[in-house]
Amino acid sequence: MTVNETLATYSNYLVYGAMAAFTVAMIAFAVSFASMRGRDLEPATSLPVAEEGGAVAVATRVSTSTGGPDDGALPPGRRAGNIGMSTMWLGTILLGIGVLLRGLAVQRAPWGNMCEFSMTSALAISVTFVLMSLRRDLRWLGVFVVTPVLLILGASMTFLYTEAAQLVPALKSYWLVIHVSAAMICGAAFCIGATVTLLFLVADASERRHAEGRSYRLDGLAARLPESHRLDAMAYRIHAFMFPLWTFAIIAGAIWAENAWGRYWGWDPKETWAFITWVAYAAYLHARATAGWKGRRAAVIALVAFGCFVFNYVGVNIFITGLHSYAGVG
Amino acid sequence: MTEVSESQPLDAEQRMSTAPSDVEAPVGIGVVGWLRWAWRTLTSMRTALVLLFLLAVASVPGSILPQRGTNPIRVNDYLANDPVKGRILDRLGFFDVFAAPWFAAVYLLLFVSLAGCVIPRAVQHWRMVRARPPAAPRNLGRLPEHRLVATSAPADTTLDTAAAWLRSARWRVDTTAYDGRSGTVAAEKGYARETGNLLFHMSLLALLGAVAFGSLFGFKGTVIVREGSSFADTRAQFDAFSPGRFYSDASLPPFAFTLKDFSADYQRGGQQNGAARDFSATVSLVRAAGGTPQQQTVAVNDPLDIDGVKVFLVGHGYAPTLTVKNTKGEVVFHDSVVFLPQDGDFTSTGVAKVPDAVPQLGLSGFFLPTYAVDQVLGPHSTFPAPDDPAVFLSAWSGDLGLDSGRPQSVYRLDTAGMKRLGIKALAPGQSWTLPGGAGTVTFDGFVEWASFSVARDPGKELALVAAVLAIIGLALSLLVRRRRIWVRVTDAGSGATVVEVAGLTRTEHTSVADEVDSLASALGTPTTTRTTTPAPAPRGET
Repeated sequence: MTVNETLATYSNYLVYGAMAAFTVAMIAFAVSFASMRGRDLEPATSLPVAEEGGAVAVATRVSTSTGGPDDGALPPGRRAGNIGMSTMWLGTILLGIGVLLRGLAVQRAPWGNMCEFSMTSALAISVTFVLMSLRRDLRWLGVFVVTPVLLILGASMTFLYTEAAQLVPALKSYWLVIHVSAAMICGAAFCIGATVTLLFLVADASERRHAEGRSYRLDGLAARLPESHRLDAMAYRIHAFMFPLWTFAIIAGAIWAENAWGRYWGWDPKETWAFITWVAYAAYLHARATAGWKGRRAAVIALVAFGCFVFNYVGVNIFITGLHSYAGVG
Repeated sequence: MTEVSESQPLDAEQRMSTAPSDVEAPVGIGVVGWLRWAWRTLTSMRTALVLLFLLAVASVPGSILPQRGTNPIRVNDYLANDPVKGRILDRLGFFDVFAAPWFAAVYLLLFVSLAGCVIPRAVQHWRMVRARPPAAPRNLGRLPEHRLVATSAPADTTLDTAAAWLRSARWRVDTTAYDGRSGTVAAEKGYARETGNLLFHMSLLALLGAVAFGSLFGFKGTVIVREGSSFADTRAQFDAFSPGRFYSDASLPPFAFTLKDFSADYQRGGQQNGAARDFSATVSLVRAAGGTPQQQTVAVNDPLDIDGVKVFLVGHGYAPTLTVKNTKGEVVFHDSVVFLPQDGDFTSTGVAKVPDAVPQLGLSGFFLPTYAVDQVLGPHSTFPAPDDPAVFLSAWSGDLGLDSGRPQSVYRLDTAGMKRLGIKALAPGQSWTLPGGAGTVTFDGFVEWASFSVARDPGKELALVAAVLAIIGLALSLLVRRRRIWVRVTDAGSGATVVEVAGLTRTEHTSVADEVDSLASALGTPTTTRTTTPAPAPRGET
């Protein structure tokens, strides 16, 4: 089996094209977000009072119960948001074809090293986002998702870049498709979950201060976000949906390890951090059901859990030697 | 930090979970009271949360410090480089975290906490599943979802229609008899949520049991076999053998194999030059004593399976063939000596001990599949395949120390009682006449060796079943919604019937609104629609 260099080159062009599209999407989403009218940050029970100072001067509209904060008649930022959404689709399609060509060039699943894994993970994030956007208006979230997608793609095409090549023997197994794709889908969803959680913390901090009659540095950001309880519920739904899949990814890895190394669990650094990530997300799910841990504290646990996931990918691959050292980064 | 309770406590009849409420302070006096308090605290959700944290934190050093189980050589290096800190860490079990008593304490406490929480909940859930759905609250209008429906159908027929609709949608239904003025239907669905939750937690207990069972009754061993050599599955032939506490030799099937050939392919050129692309070992396997040999291939991801004992290809390397003759020309040593690879290009080190030479002779040095030498690295290999093989040996004469009774590593030369004769690089076929009439050393060539891990884990099937059940339980508990619907039918007199449909859910996926709506339209013409402002965000439960 040889590597098809032509396809690999086309794949790279497509990935660069996707990066260009994502850059346009990022700018458009940012413009859309900035020109969006925020919602009223005052608690619903208090009477509307004139804003003191300019911090929340835009807070004029009470949001309705359905959809994001930017629906209604001709809200500002809608056009930029639409441009962002369509270029997001364009970038996703280009990246999708790019990843497909990379796979065809090497005649295997395109996630055999860190460069390919990052590329395909970026695709998973953007696909998850555009699929989620079919069900609800997510233009407010666009800029916060496309930015990490661009960063990950940028990393994969620069310092993580590895030219198309065959696999090391340890990865030659159909479990590569099952185990790694499950891990990538989880990573994509956890990334979006962490983004929403972070935004929840901003919205929550702002709402708390307004309930006490104070203002908050990030009010301008918070006013453009959905209410904190919606963000919280959305983040929970993403995490709750992905936790079983993450469990599956670990178990699939264990089955593969049993077949490749003779034991299903051996506390290899990658396994250890997958376990730590699992425990951290389990703690998040438990925290949400524990009095005194809901809301902010649970959100912080979710962010710590995502940090563990990222460390398992970046830190363990690059700084720690173990059986999972496939990074291909020289 | 004070946390304001965001949701009003539910009435006991509205509680949809068997989750324990957290205990705040010791109750009762005396030993029994304290024990009860300790037990309740241990089995509370908050303690479980803290223990989960501890478990995560306790695992971290196991991934950062070298571990005896996975990398004993690096542990010894650490101890040699930093004896003071190393000794302290070693004493505290930091080089074997996952077998350390404090790690065991955390997970055993967690599992006790889990069992103490889950078992009573399972009993409670069993009762709840068998009980009737809770009776309708007096005022249905206060529930989050509430519809009024007008119908001309008689009240008792409407009641039956509602019950039939709910039954066909697989709700658990309880009807109170129509008393001539009003009647109610109570229905509940989504018991699988709590069932799944309990199944998940119990599967974790089963998984722990399976891991323990496997490690108590299984074994694991490693062995290095050179091309042309054989291995028989007995304890003595392993280089390393770690049996479980209740392992017995009787469970070791009597197979044997000879390594016929080992082959490896490497990437040539490009960014990943030298990366392995393919390994395989061809063995001639005899499955049982006296059986006929069969040709088999063992590869990474493709182990041999002999009656539940698996043989995995885990590593490989080179064994240079050395011949030592004394000054009279008699052969005092002839063997292929296993050299251990030190880097990705298979710069390998090893020693040959020649006790039959007079005085005794020791050879130590490098095997280099693709030979290179420079000022910085010294002799080293530049490619893992044997393109230009060479050995780089130093010869020692004197007492090998084999008779001292102390156990010696076959990969290390104790040069305390020896003096160095010289160093020499040899290509295949070349000989080296040692100074001082100590004889000659010939590098005849090399064979490859493969290392195999032989393991049996009788708990792994059970572990797999437990893991699969855990995922099923998890999916049910996170994706199924528990919800209740009540219908109250009241005869408003003069042939008019008033129907109220109300729904309640405590899970946050979606509300029960759609189901309430379709039931309402099945019963007549709804006169109210769903409320536009939902109740405060519903919060999760387990």
